[in-house]
Amino acid sequence: MAPLGDLEPRLKDLMLAGLAGDNAAHTKLLRELAAALRRYYARRLGGGAADVEDLVQDTLIAVHTRRGTYQSDMPFTAWAYAIAHYKLVDLYRRQGRRPTVPLESAGALFAPDDHEAWTAAGDLDHVLATLEPKAAAVIRHTHIEGLSTKETAALTGQSESAVKVGVHRGLKKLIARFGGRSDHADR
Amino acid sequence: MPTDNLIERLGSEVRAVPRGLAARRLILGAGAGVVVAAVLMPLWIGVRPDLAQAVGTAAFWIKLAYTLGIAAATFWLLERLARPGARTLNQVIVGLAPPVAVLVLAAAELAGAEAAERPHLIMGASSHLCPWRIVALALPVLIGALWALRGLAPTRPTLTGAVAGLCAGGAGAFVYAFHCDERAMPFLALWYSGGIVISGVIGAVAGRRLLRW
Repeated sequence: MAPLGDLEPRLKDLMLAGLAGDNAAHTKLLRELAAALRRYYARRLGGGAADVEDLVQDTLIAVHTRRGTYQSDMPFTAWAYAIAHYKLVDLYRRQGRRPTVPLESAGALFAPDDHEAWTAAGDLDHVLATLEPKAAAVIRHTHIEGLSTKETAALTGQSESAVKVGVHRGLKKLIARFGGRSDHADR
Repeated sequence: MPTDNLIERLGSEVRAVPRGLAARRLILGAGAGVVVAAVLMPLWIGVRPDLAQAVGTAAFWIKLAYTLGIAAATFWLLERLARPGARTLNQVIVGLAPPVAVLVLAAAELAGAEAAERPHLIMGASSHLCPWRIVALALPVLIGALWALRGLAPTRPTLTGAVAGLCAGGAGAFVYAFHCDERAMPFLALWYSGGIVISGVIGAVAGRRLLRW
């Protein structure tokens, strides 16, 4: 959500310039919004390209034709997010799905794409959960958090050699379980 | 059409937009409705004949203040609901003040009255007509407000419609108060409020269907 800090004043300036009749500022704003909307809707709709692009265009037209409802007394990002969220709920309603989309902060529309990192972290948790908690903990410390064997030993109250053995055996188990080629075939 | 072309096209047709569009448009729509109601009321049911004496009574002014208070507070809230992402908490709190005040006045009047008088304080002589006439006078205001909202951007159609209905109800009740000769606060609290709430329900149903964009 960090980028919202400098994004807000920049986009607000573009919007106010556009409201005053500045073509270039308005076009630039719509371009930036298109990119943010594409990411936002792709995350929510699971990347169905045609759906996402239709919704992006529908939302851009709404932003354009209803831009008079923006006033400088409020953050631009909150206004844009409310429209993006409304258009998503409206799509769900038209598709006959229950329109339950949690209302988030405006940052959700302008968040960088963290989808892949998020699922990878989820997968890793699943994989580690198949090990004994002790072995999972030492692998997490040494191979994910980047601690040394010594630091891990101090943290878990084991000897350094016990940590080394634990990591080695744990990784071996994981390789046996998830590394084999035969395993991939039936997944 | 590719999105880039769409953006080019939208960007090329930019004209300056006047400030305060939401408030202007709502004043235009709802205001036209109030004019219609104010013209129709005297032709339909007539201004109360004792108006000259009534202006000397507190009840007359309390009825006007209550209905105008509701209309003004809900109008202020409506202007926020018409703009995506605008905060509405303060407007909701202000909107609660008129009904709370009238409920307190009604309770005080009931508490101070003889038991035998109480039914009359509540039912008055026109309770079977009052809410429906308020709803009828609210309709032109509601139609005007919904027209205005369709050109704005309410992201909560049902709620916005309901608030438009309450606002129209407040305005309709304000106009009706120039006809009505009831004086009791419990009557005001129950039947005026009833008409305003019915108008709000009509607005919610209409908003759900009409305020999509």
